[in-house]
Amino acid sequence: MLKLINLLLITRDRKHCSISFVLVGVVYTYICLVNALFMKNIDIKSLEEKFQKKIDADIKIEPNDWMPDNYRATLIRQISQHAHSEIVGMLPEGNWITRAPNLRRKAVLLAKVQDEAGHGLYLYCATETLGADREDTIDDLHSGKAKYSSIFNYPTLSWADMGAIGWLVDGAAIMNQVPLCRCSYGPYARAMVRVCKEESFHQRQGFEIMTKLASGTKEQKEMAQDALNRFWWPSLMMFGPSDADSKHTDQSMKWKIKRHTNDELRQQFVDITVPQAEMIGLTIPDKDLKWNESTKSYTYGAINWDEFWQVVGGNGPCNKERVDARRKAKEDGKWVVEAAMAFANKRSAKKSA
Amino acid sequence: MTKQEALYNYVLRLGDDSLILGQRLAELCGHGPILEEDIALTNISLDLIGQATLFLDYAGALSGETKSNDDLAFLRLEKEYVNALLLEQPNGHFGDTIMRQFLFDAFRKPLLECLQDSSEKELASIAEKALKETKYHLKHSSEWVIRLGDGTDESHEKIQGSLHTLYRYSHELFFEDESDFLLQKSKIVPELNSIKLEWEKTVKNVFEMAGIALPENDWKFEGGRQGRHSEHMGFLLTELQYMQRTYPNMEW
Repeated sequence: MLKLINLLLITRDRKHCSISFVLVGVVYTYICLVNALFMKNIDIKSLEEKFQKKIDADIKIEPNDWMPDNYRATLIRQISQHAHSEIVGMLPEGNWITRAPNLRRKAVLLAKVQDEAGHGLYLYCATETLGADREDTIDDLHSGKAKYSSIFNYPTLSWADMGAIGWLVDGAAIMNQVPLCRCSYGPYARAMVRVCKEESFHQRQGFEIMTKLASGTKEQKEMAQDALNRFWWPSLMMFGPSDADSKHTDQSMKWKIKRHTNDELRQQFVDITVPQAEMIGLTIPDKDLKWNESTKSYTYGAINWDEFWQVVGGNGPCNKERVDARRKAKEDGKWVVEAAMAFANKRSAKKSA
Repeated sequence: MTKQEALYNYVLRLGDDSLILGQRLAELCGHGPILEEDIALTNISLDLIGQATLFLDYAGALSGETKSNDDLAFLRLEKEYVNALLLEQPNGHFGDTIMRQFLFDAFRKPLLECLQDSSEKELASIAEKALKETKYHLKHSSEWVIRLGDGTDESHEKIQGSLHTLYRYSHELFFEDESDFLLQKSKIVPELNSIKLEWEKTVKNVFEMAGIALPENDWKFEGGRQGRHSEHMGFLLTELQYMQRTYPNMEW
């Protein structure tokens, strides 16, 4: 490389002189880049080692700490999907607020859906600590690029679905989220502590709705059983693909973003939920479900993974409706956001004048 | 008419105003223009449903029959609801929702301020609780009226349009009949004249800051307080009453 520079420097042809200088510049830049990359590789390696040591010692990673690009990208993906799930999750339940059967249930459901909006808000804030832009991540949801929990692509057809969602869907969410309170990324872990407290409250409310229905009239019992029949399998699918097919698990476990595998969490959910169903006299819609004395857990039937991938891929009963509703809210709100910005600008201009 | 009957009629109006506006705002949950506003509107809805629960519970006790707040909220005929027409108007766009809210909040706040000193203790205590929430609602709706009025040309035009549509319904907020007169005589409730002055002051002040003008046309609608509603009401009640009508006499 240096030889080349010398060669160029001694070029005496005046016509080519300026070209030579440009060339020297280009080559010099090239050398610097190669050096920088080489140095960077060494640096990154040692930074990654330090980073992993911190993770292994259970020291939280904070927004200003160095982190591998993939760790950042994985967290942005996971946290924004989590935020989208909270926001899209408002729709199936929001669907029943105006039809809630009494004033107390209406107020409780309103409060619950409002909590979900709040969860969405702090999760979007958590993604912003990683340098993501909230509106960009929301646009990814609207374009179909970003996913959210597939369970919300199922319709809510009766009041009992409010019970089933609280009991099963929030129940499954808690299984997923309690370990996230110990997630290696500080802001996410702290958000999860608050989210989990509220989710467990929602889960109890949902179970209470189901208990009331299951001990009610014939119509109410049928309504409860029907909701369980429809939401049981999609709830099991909430834990994601089986371990053999989960592409993110290994790295996430190493980074302590994830603490248990999908199948472990699913099993835990089944073991806790089956006795609850029995307690209120509802039947889990799985003819292969049985207690295994040796493992002290339930064996459950085969999950229809084809249905899971169909719904993830956009072919669930309400995928289009959910995303359309969110997109419409943003489009309808565009003039409001513009007005608020214009107003704020006018006010700050007045202040500085 | 006895004092108790008059008080029943009066409290029912308070309860129905809260219930019907709370129900309207509940429709928006999950569809707000931005997440923060979704939360704010849901919160206001929740406050209003809470107020309806207390007012209708009290009305039930005054009714002379064994009627619960749920019986009153879910099982009356359309003509038996006595909310003001303003509150059953559809959500429209965000400006419509905000204007409806503002015209109501500006009325409700001074009313509750007086009612918290009512000689009827139960009424005073519900009013005191509701007032805390209503102060926040008024602050929120006023700020948005100003922001939209003094925002972009588009938002200015929209909020001015909302005022045109909804102003005609505000007159009915000051509806009075023999129930009011009877209670006013006993100093249980305030005369609405004083509330109207307060309302006009707030409205004038906020519209001035928003740069929007009161409509020239001062046609005035009424009917809601007497159970004569707009075409929208039947659909609202169909949703509200769906479960109670489809599955009568069940516990939820």
